[in-house]
Amino acid sequence: MSDLALASVVKRFGDVAVLHGIDLEVRDGEMVVFVGPSGCGKSTLLRIIAGLEKATEGDILLDGRRVNDISAADRGLAMVFQSYALYPHMSVRQNLAFGLENSRMPRREVRQQIEEVARLLRIEPLLDRKPRQLSGGQRQRVAIGRAIVRRPGIFLLDEPLSNLDAELRVVMRSELAALHKRLQATMVYVTHDQVEAMTLADRIVVLKDGRIEQVGSPLELYNNPANAFVAGFIGSPRMNFLEGRVAGVGGASVAVALGPGDTTRLDIPIEGDDHGVRPDDKVSIGIRPHEIVLTDHEGFPVNAEQVEQLGNETIVHTKAEDGSALLICLDGQHPIGEGDRLGLDLAHASLHLFDPQGRRLGGQVKVGRSVRPATEATS
Amino acid sequence: MTDETERPITSTPLASLRAAAFWPLRLVMNLIDRPLTWLQATFGQRAMIVFFLLPNMAIFGIFVMLPLVINVIYSFTGGSALFLDDRVGVGFEQYQTLFDCRDFTDPFSCRQDAFWAGVYNTLTFMLLQVPAVALTALVTALVLNREMRGRGFWRAIFFFPVLLSPVVVGLIWKWILERNGLLNALLNGLGLEGTVWLGDSFWAMFWAIFVSTWAHMGFYTLILLAGLQSIPRDLYEAADMDGTSRPRALLRITLPLLWPTMLVVLILALIRAVQIFDEVYVLTGGGPGTSTQMLVQYIYQTGFAALLRNLGLAAAASILMGLVLMVLTLLQLGIAARRSREVAG
Amino acid sequence: MGAIRRFIFRRRGGDRWHWTDVVAWTWLILGLVLMLGPAIWLTLSSFKTRSALNEFPPTLLPLTTETRAVEGFDEPLELYRVTLEDGEERVLAQVRRVGIVAQMVDPDDPGERIEVPIADRVPVRTTELATENFTEPLERFAFLTFFYNSVFVTVMATVITLIVNSMAAFALSKYQFRGRGTVLIFILATLMVPLPVILVPIYVVINYLNLFDSLWGVILPTVATPTGVFLLRQYMLTIPDELIEAARMDKASEWKIYWRIILPLTAPALAVLAIFSVMWRWNDFLWPLVVLSQRELYTLQVGLNAFAGELNVQWHYVLAMTVLTMLPVVVIFVFLQRFITSGVATTGMK
Repeated sequence: MSDLALASVVKRFGDVAVLHGIDLEVRDGEMVVFVGPSGCGKSTLLRIIAGLEKATEGDILLDGRRVNDISAADRGLAMVFQSYALYPHMSVRQNLAFGLENSRMPRREVRQQIEEVARLLRIEPLLDRKPRQLSGGQRQRVAIGRAIVRRPGIFLLDEPLSNLDAELRVVMRSELAALHKRLQATMVYVTHDQVEAMTLADRIVVLKDGRIEQVGSPLELYNNPANAFVAGFIGSPRMNFLEGRVAGVGGASVAVALGPGDTTRLDIPIEGDDHGVRPDDKVSIGIRPHEIVLTDHEGFPVNAEQVEQLGNETIVHTKAEDGSALLICLDGQHPIGEGDRLGLDLAHASLHLFDPQGRRLGGQVKVGRSVRPATEATS
Repeated sequence: MTDETERPITSTPLASLRAAAFWPLRLVMNLIDRPLTWLQATFGQRAMIVFFLLPNMAIFGIFVMLPLVINVIYSFTGGSALFLDDRVGVGFEQYQTLFDCRDFTDPFSCRQDAFWAGVYNTLTFMLLQVPAVALTALVTALVLNREMRGRGFWRAIFFFPVLLSPVVVGLIWKWILERNGLLNALLNGLGLEGTVWLGDSFWAMFWAIFVSTWAHMGFYTLILLAGLQSIPRDLYEAADMDGTSRPRALLRITLPLLWPTMLVVLILALIRAVQIFDEVYVLTGGGPGTSTQMLVQYIYQTGFAALLRNLGLAAAASILMGLVLMVLTLLQLGIAARRSREVAG
Repeated sequence: MGAIRRFIFRRRGGDRWHWTDVVAWTWLILGLVLMLGPAIWLTLSSFKTRSALNEFPPTLLPLTTETRAVEGFDEPLELYRVTLEDGEERVLAQVRRVGIVAQMVDPDDPGERIEVPIADRVPVRTTELATENFTEPLERFAFLTFFYNSVFVTVMATVITLIVNSMAAFALSKYQFRGRGTVLIFILATLMVPLPVILVPIYVVINYLNLFDSLWGVILPTVATPTGVFLLRQYMLTIPDELIEAARMDKASEWKIYWRIILPLTAPALAVLAIFSVMWRWNDFLWPLVVLSQRELYTLQVGLNAFAGELNVQWHYVLAMTVLTMLPVVVIFVFLQRFITSGVATTGMK
């Protein structure tokens, strides 16, 4: 197993820069997930680590050794491709053996390795089939097997689950998690799906436009997003954002007024002293849909536009009076009709405060009805 | 468990058989792999790109590009020597010899009457064979494009002569056109008088054109057929709904939409016609006299077959032919590019 | 019969015959006769004896006139069924023919000469395949050597064509490098230079390389074909790059990627090119004609042409050898007909 470090890695295709100075460390045995919208550079970054692309600037260090000029073949890494990239003309066995033969491993050993991996992944009966005779999930397993059999320093996985149907994806996701635990392997995993990232990662790297937005454990990102982008990207359904106005600045908190005639006031803790927030500044407040509850007395007024009754929860699409959309997920079943006027209790939810540029100003995680105490959350 | 581990990596019988068949190839390729891996490790991927391109480029360089240069140089030299060192520069003399004519419309007034005979014969051949081959291919393609049983069989029938070698084609027809041949026998049967077909300059040219049309028509038929099959069916269905008659649909829908393919066919046939040599050479030997002697035959005979070979003169003649072909090929590539743009856009 | 006719002339949807149907079927029947007829006629003729070939009008099948050894004559005499003036029919042997009169004898009683107008006699025919047309030239005229030369040229040239062109196509389809466009244009440019144009200089180059009068001189100049490179490149472009990257992660060298991954996956396109290459080489005429001067090195095509061009054409041998030359191509065509025609239609190659 290996550790990996990236130092100010820049990648340009011609004049277009797709990565602007990436710094990152991946510890031995860790599962790090790169997540971000398409075109954010996450796949390019993975391919630079693999050695399939050359970094324009910066260093890639494997176990402390600079590997920029070492070819993909000699870095001792293995990759699982989005399309699996199984050699169509070779049987599963040959697919697994190809890499081992190339490193001149004795035949007997090759055979043992393949048997072992096939047992681990439960693909023994498939060894003599060709890739086209396999189902999607089986191909996926073989592709992973081809990586495992090489005993690489680091596993690189490029959206490995995106070609599977939803049901299979859940199954393979948990298999991957179990495999990671069992192999104790360093893995770098690329996905655009934040649920995959949340469930698999030891640490998540959120990328946008070739820059790292935030690095942290899943709950760190969930609870303390560095900016509005991360806040919106992590967590499902998406966080709601409401436009507000700073009504007053206290010592460690600001008061934000929202709603028609500033009827709703929220106190939000603010971080640091040089936040530079002045009264009357425009700010936006992030609230997760699951943390909003209904209130009978004067709450934040919204109109229910569309109601989805799922049985275990009720999802209400609402519109505030200034026209901004607000999604609410309520536990259990609620007799809400379309067009109903609702009052919302925002004060008891975890609130996140962002400036108009999306920078996080402050916020707090409240242990309310839907947020259970999390030990990691405060670290 | 021991026999389990002894099992070869390829284990189905068919795969083992194939592995055995390719074993020598594998061995050779593996032997080359070592030095090439070293090459790649030492000089990087670029060296491998060069390695992959080198054989092809070398052959193109030595046998196409270098000859182009040599051709020009030789056309400015004279004498009968083969190697350049022994040849003397003569400037434009070879070209002057080719163009030394009192009257360009009459080959026999030229110093190189065989060259001008070749030019005029090739021109005659082009002007008649290209329309003939295009027209017969068009009719055949239209017929084969109909809904009918055994279309593959009929397509194969019309394509069959394309695969025959020019020598075989020439001999087949030479045999039929013999004085005692099949054609004269059939004519006799109809009460008509036969003749010595290849001994008459008009009929020799006629049969040269006929035979080469016979031999190549199937190729153009397939190209036109592919063009016809790319015309959407619903156009015809729409025309049918409008009560359009079949001949009218042919004139107003099929032919206009087929025109781009037809253009390609015409130019390909032209390029081929300029270079016509082998089947006519085998059929008539260029005779009677020089009446079916083509340009390429002139080059061949001047440069190689004649007792006193004149490589300089042959080179000059082939450069003139090359210029014509270059224009035609550029035209073809231009049309192909325009078509692919239309398809893409 | 009626059922067969109904089956043959049945039309889709049971429409009545349109006049275009008549035109189409006329064209097809005419095509059948004209396209296949000559080759069939050649094959039938090739089995005829020398004397049968000289007959006019010719017979369709290879028939020979029966002969019989007659006492007092060195050569066997041809037998004819003769109608005598008195109406009697007899089988007589012909001694010689003088103008329109034939001198004949009774084979059992050769003493008496009978003069018969040639119109009154019909030869006694039997079907006989003159297989000696095939065996004799193979033994006497080095046709086996020609055949071997042709096979050698065809096989070697095809193997080299496949390797050389697929290597170039691989480099041009799977690597990004500066100058790739230039190389592609360079290859495209060679399309503009057909063989007849550079006949003289290639001949010079071949002589400089000391390859004149050698089979390698026939093979090498045209093994790199632009159409081949483009056909293979087009196919290789459809192979996903991820496969190559996966192989690189699997520690495969670039050469190994070429022959373990790319070549097997390009097999269908290689097969098309192989078939075309075999056809080109087997049928090649002008270039071997120029480069080969020793008879022992002739390929079949050149040998056949030389044989047919001799002053006293021995048609019975020429026809048989033509059939033999045609045979491999016909066999390939019969088995791979669909493959070839679709290959032509999609690549525009010939």
